[in-house]
Order: sequence, then structure tokens, then C-alpha cells
Amino acid sequence: MTAPLEASPGSSEAQPEAALKGMGKKAIQGRSLGQIAWMRLKRDRVAMASGVLIAVMVVAAIVALLLDRVFGVINPNAFHQELIDPEQGIPTGPLGGISLDHPFGLEPINGRDLLTRIFAGSWISLLIGFAATLVSVVIGTIMGVIAGYFRGWVDTVISRLMDVFLAFPLLLFAIALVGVVPDSAFGLGRDGSRIFVLIFVIGFFSWPYIGRIIRAQTLSLREREFVDASRSLGARAPHVLFKELLPNLVAPILVYSTLLIPTNILFEAALSFLGVGIQPPSATWGTMLSEASRWYQVDAWFMVFPGLAIFITVLAFNLFGDGLRDALDPRAR
Amino acid sequence: MLAYIIRRLLGAVILLFVVSLVTFSIFFLVPRIAGASVEDMASRYVGKTADAETIRQMAEKLGFTDPLLTQYGRFVSAIFVGADYSTGPTTVHCPAPCLGYSFITQNPVWPDLVDRMGVTISLAVGAAVIWLFFGVATGVLSALRRGTVFDRAAMGVALAGVSLPIFFTGLLSLTIFSYGLGWAVPGGTYVNFAENPLAWAGALILPWVTLAFLNAAGYARLTRATMLETMNEDFIRTARAKGLNERTVVVKHGLRSVLTPILTIFGLDLGILLGGAVLTESTYSLPGLGKYAIDAIVNNDLPKVLGVTLVGATFIVIANLVVDLLYAVVDPRVKYS
Repeated sequence: MTAPLEASPGSSEAQPEAALKGMGKKAIQGRSLGQIAWMRLKRDRVAMASGVLIAVMVVAAIVALLLDRVFGVINPNAFHQELIDPEQGIPTGPLGGISLDHPFGLEPINGRDLLTRIFAGSWISLLIGFAATLVSVVIGTIMGVIAGYFRGWVDTVISRLMDVFLAFPLLLFAIALVGVVPDSAFGLGRDGSRIFVLIFVIGFFSWPYIGRIIRAQTLSLREREFVDASRSLGARAPHVLFKELLPNLVAPILVYSTLLIPTNILFEAALSFLGVGIQPPSATWGTMLSEASRWYQVDAWFMVFPGLAIFITVLAFNLFGDGLRDALDPRAR
Repeated sequence: MLAYIIRRLLGAVILLFVVSLVTFSIFFLVPRIAGASVEDMASRYVGKTADAETIRQMAEKLGFTDPLLTQYGRFVSAIFVGADYSTGPTTVHCPAPCLGYSFITQNPVWPDLVDRMGVTISLAVGAAVIWLFFGVATGVLSALRRGTVFDRAAMGVALAGVSLPIFFTGLLSLTIFSYGLGWAVPGGTYVNFAENPLAWAGALILPWVTLAFLNAAGYARLTRATMLETMNEDFIRTARAKGLNERTVVVKHGLRSVLTPILTIFGLDLGILLGGAVLTESTYSLPGLGKYAIDAIVNNDLPKVLGVTLVGATFIVIANLVVDLLYAVVDPRVKYS
């Protein structure tokens, strides 16, 4: 933070764009808010590093999905029982059977390769994390904007609704919901319908967090001059909501989405850990930790890599989200 | 003040009504929407091996064939006045508050829940005391020493804390402290406080610390952010200007406004935990409400899950109510409207 600023953000914001026009070739270009935020983000090395890490993980997850489910090149369920101690059921060799062939070691009993399983499980974690966040952001934004803009009884109804949702023991409800929905629901196959239910359940119960923030922002935005101007020009509510207010809400939506993704990834891992998420033998990080919990006394190494996978992924999103918030809203520092 | 309390109480009652409606829907409406037939639902109670006729009879006995409103009415009346279940030749009475009847163990759910509540309350309250103290203290110190090594280290640890799932940290703690070093007893050895307070604390110390660490991380981050904002407020400058010493400024003026947001999420967090610290209890094999619900869902024993869900939601509603009432005490700026 000691590096000299290229141009202090404050000064470029203060200069109206019109004044900059016609100032000759060497004139300072006006910067949009997005450009300013991008400049700040680029200087934040921690945030950029986590951003790159997230990008790598997303690409890896897509590759994993293709290799595992579409082309069948990797097999996360391949047994390597020749590397398992037949008496104790744990991998032979040190550190949970870590070797060049199996860099993350092996699972006890069947000897499935942990690196392959962590790789194969990555797309489920990330898909549910992203998709559930999308569901709650869409619902939360629409509800929040409507409540904040129309106020009155509409606001009362939506706000109470949010209170009700926040009053639910989220994990218990998710467990119950996932438990009562039959495995074959929606005709999507075993993993498919589970993933669908998890996305819906997680997304549907976490929208009030975004909804409250958007409502509060909308309440203050709707009093601004540009909204008055738009309305006095005859704009109808949908135009004001989606063309005037929504673009001004992009920053908080982006920030809180980024911070909601890790929460949802943890949520999915928790449900899978409890045995109500994705079902074995499909590999997910949560189910692997759940299996590891039965082995901690004899094969403590089993838990390390699935746990680290969750930790590093969630940490990367949290760091990136923090950086994004600092970049988009410098007052929050 | 009285009007405020009455309004809040009324709100809590309405909330409980909605919660019961939603809980009912999850167990009796959602399965139908997702494509399960009445027979599918009944088969969960008699086992999948039963023949079609037995299942059909069961569905009728359980009232799954009745209109939904009738079913909901029965569900609510059972809670207030109890209900009779005839699952075989004999009829069993389930006294109020009847939260259903396990068709696997043949026991009413409510007494089971009362049995388990002690474990969950011990776990939640103990951890809450630790995390509240350390979380807020760390947050305040970090804010006051912003940018120092302490601040950076504390916030780094806190960020790691909010990124770690309890079922990973818990397993690590069990491996290291219980199995490796032998300092703490392994999971699944819970003893009642009344029987042996020392053994009780011994069984809970590891879950307490682990759960408290993860929660303290979030509280430290929130406290620091709020404290930084507060210390820039005009009233802090005024307090300093009139010559108060820094300790008074921080404790009496700064800390006071941190209390409101902390109280809000503390109420919610404690309420959620009291309804079953599902993950912690599963990781450490503690026989609390959450473990009860998870064991039940594995056995498809839905009435038990329904019971825990309803009790859990009630805890949250009560916790929110208490927080709302405490607001008035803590923050004089809150108007009773």
C-alpha cells in the first residue's frame, strides 16, 4: 500500500468527464467506476492471487467433469487393493500411502486414489456453490429491490417473509428436505437430482441475506435525484427498477455473491458429510471427510487432503471477496 | 414499553405458526410435489419390504389420504392436546406436546427430545461463553491496534477460522489432542453434569474450544469492522474532546455500540445451536438434538426429524424475541416501534 498511486482515485472521480473532453491528446481519460475498482483490485496482490487460484480451480473442475462423466478417462472409483495392508485395512507405506503414483495417498480398505477423488469431486462443490448462490442472488435481488422501492405494505410483507426465512434452522430444514425428496425426483438420475435439490434448498434458504442488503441500498438509492429525474420523465416502475436502480446495485451484489459462494460450498460439504448430500460412491469432499471420520484413529492422513481442498477453496473465495469489497467500496476499509 | 413487548410476543407467536406450517409442508407436502405417492410416504414407516396392502392400510391409518388441511389440523392439535396412535392391535396415547411418534422405536418423540436437550444446551452455552469473550476481545483489540502485527495476525487467524468447516477442525482436534496426545477423552463419552461435573467438562472441552474458535473468528471480524466504524463517529470525538480518558471512551462509548450488531447475530447463532449443533455433535459423537436428527434421517424415521426441526425453530424464535427485548436495554437509540 506504500506504492505511489498512478492517479489518486479521488481526483479522477472529482473531475467531470465533460471537462476532460477536448483537452488535447495527452489529456487524462475519465475512468469509469468499474475501471477504478479494477485498478484497485489489481494492486491488491492477495486478492489477485486468490482470483487466479479460483480461475484455475474452475477450469480444473470443468476438466474433471468432462474427464470423469463425459469421456470416462479417469475413474475415481478404481480400487488399488494391492497397496492396502490386508490386516489393518490401511494403506501400506508412510503418510497414508503417499507415492509418486498416488500423490495424495489412498483410501483405507479399497485403496481408491485420493487425488483422483478430490479432483473428481471438485466440480460438484463448485457447481453447487455457484448455482445455489445464483438462485439466492436472483431471488434476493428481486425481492430486495421491490421491497425497497415500493415500500409500504409490499415492504412489510417481504421483510416479514425474510424474518421468517432467517428464523429457520437452516441446516435442519435442509437435512429434512433433502431427506424427504425421493432420489429419482425430476428424472435427473441419482447424482443429478441430488445436485438439483441441494442447489434449490441451499439457494432458496439463503436469499434473505442478500435481500436485506439490497433492500437497504435501494431504500437510500430511490431518494436520489436520478431516480426522481427518471420518474418525472415518465418512466414506469420496471424501467426505474431494472434500468436505473439495478446498475447501481451491481457492486454490492457482486461483493456479497462472492462472499456467499464459500458459505454455500461449506454448506454442501456439511450436508454431504452428514450423509444427506451427494451419496457414495460418487466422490465429494464432504463425503470423503465423512468416511475419514471413521478412520481417524488408524489412518489420520485420510482426512488431510479432502479437508485442505475445502479449506483452500473457501479461503480463496473469502480473500477474493474481501478484496473485491475493498476495491468496490473503499469506505469499508 | 409494554406495547412493544406485547407486539414482539405476538410477532413471535405468528412466526411460530408460520414455522409449523412450513415444517408440516416439508414433511407432508414437498414429498408429494417431488413425485412421491401416498404409498411411497407410508412405506417409509413400515419398511420397504412390506406388501402393497399393508402399505395402503398404513397410509390410511396415518391419515395421508385425508385432505392436507385436515392433516395439518391433526398435526397442530397433537402438539396442544396430544393424540392417539393405533399402529397395530393396540392404541397408544401420545400426551401433549405430541410431536409425533417414532414408528421404528415405538416411542413418542417429545420425551426423547427432552432427554437430548441437556447435551445440546451444555455444548451450545459453554461454547458461546468462550467465543463471545474471545471473539469480541480480539475484535476490539484489533480495531484499536489497527495495522499492527497483532491486528494482522489476529485477522489472518480469523479469516482461516471462518474458512474451516467444523467437521474438519473437529477431526483434526480429535486426532491430535484426543488420540495423539491423550489430553482429552475421545468422542462418544458424554456424562451428565449431575453425575460427574468433571467428566462432563472433560467430554465437552474439545467440542467447546473447536466450536468456539470457529465462531469467535466471525465475531472478531464483525467486532473489528463495527469498532473501526464507531471510533470515527462524532460522539467519540466529542467524548475525547471533553477530556475523558481513552479507556472510558473505548469501553463506555465505543464498545456500547458494538453490542447491538453482536447481540443480533449472537441471538441467532445461539438459537440455531440450541436447536441442534448438528455438525459438532456428529463430529464428536455427542448424543444431542442434532445427532438425534441425523441418526433419525439415516433410518428414515421422519417423525423424529420433524420434532427436532420444530423444536429448533422454536429456539430460534425465542432467541430472536429475547434479542429484540434486550435491544431496548442495550441501545437507548432503539425506539419501541
